[in-house]
Amino acid sequence: MPLPYTLAFLALCGVLALILGHRRAVFVAGGDVRKLHSRPHFHALLALIVAVFAAGLGWLAHSVSGHPGGVMGQIGFMALPMVAGLGLLLRQIAPAFRARNAAERFVMALLIACSMVAVLTTAGIVLSLIFETWTFFQLHSALNFFFSTEWNPQFRGGSSLGILPLIWGTLYVSAIALAVAVPIGLMSAIYLSEYAGPKMRAWVKPAIEILAGIPTIVYGLFALLTVGPLLRDWIAQPMGFGNSAASVMTAGVVMGVMVIPFVSSLSDDILNAVPQALRDGALGLGATASETTRQVVIPAALPGIVGAVLLAASRAIGETMIVVMGAGAAAKLSLNPFDAMTTVTVKIVSQLTGDSEFASPETLVAFALGLTLFVLTLGLNILALIIVRKYREQYE
Amino acid sequence: MSRTPTSLFVQDRKTRARNGAERRFRAYGLAAISLALLALVWLMISIFSAGLPAFRQSFLTFPVALDASVLDKDGTRDPAKLQKVTTIAYGKVLAKSLAAEIAAQGIDHGLKPKEIAKMLSEEAAATLRNQVLAQPELIGQTLPVTVLAAGRIDGYYKGRVTMESAARDKNTSPEALALADQLKAAGILQQKFNWGFFTAPDASDKRPEAAGLGVAILGSLMMMAVVLGLSLPLGVAASIYLEEFAPKNPFTDLIEVNIANLAAVPSIVYGILGLAIFINFAGLPQSAPIVGGLVLVLMTLPRIIIPTRAALKAVPPSIRDAALGVGASKLQTVFHHVLPLAMPGILTGMIIGLAQALGETAPLLLIGMVAFVRDFPQGFFDPAAALPVQVYNWTTRGDPGFVERASGAIIVLLLFLIVMNAAAILLRRKFERRW
Repeated sequence: MPLPYTLAFLALCGVLALILGHRRAVFVAGGDVRKLHSRPHFHALLALIVAVFAAGLGWLAHSVSGHPGGVMGQIGFMALPMVAGLGLLLRQIAPAFRARNAAERFVMALLIACSMVAVLTTAGIVLSLIFETWTFFQLHSALNFFFSTEWNPQFRGGSSLGILPLIWGTLYVSAIALAVAVPIGLMSAIYLSEYAGPKMRAWVKPAIEILAGIPTIVYGLFALLTVGPLLRDWIAQPMGFGNSAASVMTAGVVMGVMVIPFVSSLSDDILNAVPQALRDGALGLGATASETTRQVVIPAALPGIVGAVLLAASRAIGETMIVVMGAGAAAKLSLNPFDAMTTVTVKIVSQLTGDSEFASPETLVAFALGLTLFVLTLGLNILALIIVRKYREQYE
Repeated sequence: MSRTPTSLFVQDRKTRARNGAERRFRAYGLAAISLALLALVWLMISIFSAGLPAFRQSFLTFPVALDASVLDKDGTRDPAKLQKVTTIAYGKVLAKSLAAEIAAQGIDHGLKPKEIAKMLSEEAAATLRNQVLAQPELIGQTLPVTVLAAGRIDGYYKGRVTMESAARDKNTSPEALALADQLKAAGILQQKFNWGFFTAPDASDKRPEAAGLGVAILGSLMMMAVVLGLSLPLGVAASIYLEEFAPKNPFTDLIEVNIANLAAVPSIVYGILGLAIFINFAGLPQSAPIVGGLVLVLMTLPRIIIPTRAALKAVPPSIRDAALGVGASKLQTVFHHVLPLAMPGILTGMIIGLAQALGETAPLLLIGMVAFVRDFPQGFFDPAAALPVQVYNWTTRGDPGFVERASGAIIVLLLFLIVMNAAAILLRRKFERRW
């Protein structure tokens, strides 16, 4: 039976069980529901749970045992345990039957199971990355991966898959992004929290945060269509730095615009958390507003600001679409910011969407790159969280 | 040396310097904000100016004589035989009719019939063929049709193609563009709103004029259905457990740390997870909306749980105490009282999570959504495209016509996002309660 029909059949079983459970409960109470321990709808809910659970088990058994008897077989497999389970339950129903407790225990188990999805996701990420990385290192030398400065995948094998040029590109792009985002984001946050009136805050803060809500593909297109050609025609070519529109500079500048709100929002929160008494003290001694900010507020908020910058850095390192469309694909160890270089995320995409066979080291290297990326961003995040949390404790 | 007397009105040099520093500092702050906002405006202008032309398209309208001797040689109208007539034959019919119409209008030109045929989109023949196959009785009649003009002709009216570039282009010529101008004056060539951009499927490299977002929009909607259907119940259930019931123990801490970290994992890692688990391990098909949806569910779940928990936390304890006091169980308290009161906040967080999922590209690339898909998906397991991935796909094509399509697709994507975020803001404004 196709999946939608099976689900419809399950739903039908459920509705049937609901009606039967409710009627049975009302019947044993002799029409006076006050005599029941639990209200009738709890009996109905319990009947529904039992029926759907039993029918689901039957469905599973039918699939595992190789679909005997086709559609009729499946209906039989599902109906039989359902009827048995429902019959047993309906016989149990009596005025003193604690249906509510039983039903609630089940709902509770369901809630716990749902919150386990997060743990399972992490386990899935870690296990799949480690497992495939392990396979990769069986096929390819770890020494070459970690220490080679050459990235040159070959179809016929014998490729050199050194991660160093990719890490270099990633860090270079992220550094440029931070060089753009930190001054702009931090100064915006300072102005908003120390100088701007409530009216300006109410408009400017959401406007800057729009930048964080724009999908990264939009920034990628912006880099590709506008920023890349602009930097090439006005800076790189006239000054003789090269003639590639895709460059570390292009990707870095656009990514910097993207992470401005990450720096500014978090820094704004942190600056606002600095106690007013510190400002009042400095202003009372005759310091100007900017002296107060620079010499009192910022030092007090520094750990939090560092945390914000680290979070922005982790964002920049894990960013994919902007570098795919803006930074180029050539793995290079170069100092020239107007050279096309590539990053870890770009190579994950290109190795996994390429034509090579899945079991080849050229494809599996993407998992090793993914693991590197995961560890790198996780480390930065944890570091940032520790710094921010430590700082918060200081003033609360 | 004489000191100038100083007062509140006459500043000494040091005070002047300090005040100057103060003014500069303020100016830096304002400059930073202006730069950030300028970047936003520049981004929007750049995307909109490149993308708005995609919503208008050049069409040619002229009567076509559906010549039975070409389209149905034996005159039997046998559907099986009609199927065998390729688009090439229909292209010839169209070209001939267009040339005849140009001659009938008395328009003077120096073009060969082949060059006139190149003014029509390759898609035009396919459109006509489908129309005839659906209604075989049309053969032999003359009916007015409106078909797509070729991409270069369309590009001429959007400033992408000029007389100079046409002279170097083997797909068009300055004479063809001059003829196009005459056709426009005669009313044969018009610019109309491009509905096909929203409904048509993707088109091959040579026909940017026919490429549309139909499959991508449908694929994105299907994925959003999966995300909504799974992450709303999962996220709400997990949040209720963690916020209302979870005891303070290492196990709860483990879940909490997990959720906080998952929210910051780069999205591309979720793509790797989807490829390894859903496609390689579970054997689900590539580029199917179900796989894309599941990956996006895992990605958005932690981002939904965080605002959901905040919404639950905002419901004051007195509500819970009152419910418990009249004999409700803890679950009844939560489901009958706390949850309904927290619902506006939960839905706001949900919509914002959905909007993020809608714009996500990188993980979908890895599970094969970048493939060229022309057929509309019939179910969740059929191959489909997605809006942001379609944008990326178009940017990798050779024909410059696709740049305009990609930017147009971004505008459609941004419109969806604006509507969703506006809904979230309205919901918050309307139902937000301060206790």
